[in-house]
Amino acid sequence: MNSLYYQKKLSRNVGDKFFTSLSVFCAFIAILPLIFVVTYILIKGGAQINSDLFTLEPNPPGDDLDAGGINPALIGTLIITTIASIIAIPVGVGGGIYLAEYSKGGPFSKFIRFGVNVLAGVPSIIAGVFIYALIVSTKILFGSMYSGLAGGMALSILMLPTVIKTTDEGLKLVPNELRYASLGIGASMYTTILKITLPSAFRSIATGVVLGIARAAGETAPLIFTALFSYYYIVGFEDLFYEMGSLAVLIYNFALEPYDAQNKLAWAASFILVISILSVNIFSRILAAFTVKTKRV
Amino acid sequence: MIKNTKKLQKNNILSLEDVSISYGTFEAVKNVFCNFKRGDITSLIGPSGCGKSTVLRALNRMNDLIPNCSLKGTVLFDGTNIYDKRVDPVEVRRRIGMVFQQPNPFPKSIYENIAFGARINGFTGNMDELVESSLRKAAVWSECKDKLNDSGYSLSGGQQQRLCIARTIAIEPEIILMDEPCSALDPISTLKIEETMHELKKNYTIIIVTHNMQQALRVSDMTAFFNAVEYEDGDGGKVGYLAEFDSTKKIFNSPKEKTTQEYISGKFG
Repeated sequence: MNSLYYQKKLSRNVGDKFFTSLSVFCAFIAILPLIFVVTYILIKGGAQINSDLFTLEPNPPGDDLDAGGINPALIGTLIITTIASIIAIPVGVGGGIYLAEYSKGGPFSKFIRFGVNVLAGVPSIIAGVFIYALIVSTKILFGSMYSGLAGGMALSILMLPTVIKTTDEGLKLVPNELRYASLGIGASMYTTILKITLPSAFRSIATGVVLGIARAAGETAPLIFTALFSYYYIVGFEDLFYEMGSLAVLIYNFALEPYDAQNKLAWAASFILVISILSVNIFSRILAAFTVKTKRV
Repeated sequence: MIKNTKKLQKNNILSLEDVSISYGTFEAVKNVFCNFKRGDITSLIGPSGCGKSTVLRALNRMNDLIPNCSLKGTVLFDGTNIYDKRVDPVEVRRRIGMVFQQPNPFPKSIYENIAFGARINGFTGNMDELVESSLRKAAVWSECKDKLNDSGYSLSGGQQQRLCIARTIAIEPEIILMDEPCSALDPISTLKIEETMHELKKNYTIIIVTHNMQQALRVSDMTAFFNAVEYEDGDGGKVGYLAEFDSTKKIFNSPKEKTTQEYISGKFG
């Protein structure tokens, strides 16, 4: 008869210990890149932060004395992301509403769901090339070629699947009783969605939108084909129709320069990009956590 | 004799004529003939799976929301077949309100819970008054009056259910359908809801599905007993039918059908 006490030497206990430590080890390895990347960027980039960075234009490479700032790229990223959101949020939320509320699971909605999943997996560079072919090379937008507008469109393609999916899933989480309650007192489908279902799902949709924005803001490849890059301040509305700088492309351009000043600028831009995307992600986490807490008991 | 039936017809607010309801190819309930009288409380009782909730949902076209659900036959409401192609289900639901099994207040304030339905129905009168009178009629005013701006979820289950009844009353329907309104509630809340129903009887026609036979006996004037039989082809599926429909007294004291007798005495179900 075996003793009831825990025996270390037993083969099942040894195996158990081994696999536990193995999985802990793998988990640790998995998180290492994130820790290294973030700390490296924080240290290298954090050192470059000063007030000029936010206000000056970058100087063209070659003048090794002073690289200037990243103001145009910073503003450019904001503008391009905003354009992307303006396009992707209404379309995405609308599509998500169709999937969750109106579609009856027929072939059309299955096709859309499948399409959205495929779109989510499309490499970002494809979105860039697509907009390049559609808008940039055809000069269809008032004769302008590379433009902030085109960049925003390319990013909106990347945002769309996230927004559609989270809207769809957020709406599906709303209990059916709530819809019945509203319809049962004579509300139309449209009133029910607008006044009852959407507000109930608001936070999960907002979380998805924020995540979509965070993804889009860090994209480089689609912007190289569409918004290109600019060294100059964005001063007016018409600048939307010209080349526009962005943090991601600035990093791409300047990190490869042989000059130290430009490299430092790229580090600084990386720092700001990482910090902002990190904080946007954390913000969406808080939003999501808030949703769980306020959910119906 | 003919005169007599005519008078009866006039009193019928809702009539089912040869109604069969199917989910896809599965027939849930078939060949129901039933007349609901204006101003009565009618109970639908019967074992699980006999289709009584299905029938109830058919009365204000809530079944439209369930995919694959289809109805054959005629449901006459004030002389109009509500399954006519020209009928707007939204309008039907405004005239025939529904209270559900689980209390399902909107995630809004108590006041807004009541005002929402009224507002979408184009109510232009004094909203404060309407909210108060609806809550009073549903016998939940005293518990709510000091916290009209609190969330509907801050109430207890029984209070929430009465809030849902008040919400339905606020749209001033002609009929109120209740799908096991007390099954999620404790006995005291149940008692209060039943008192509320007695109050409501003065102004509304009520049709209630209940599993609780004592409740049917306590609240209703008429009782419809639904039963389920196995298909004749014998593949184990069951189809519901209306076994007996009579005054509650008769159903509980001297039912015509043997199955009714067995069900109300607790032999099955």
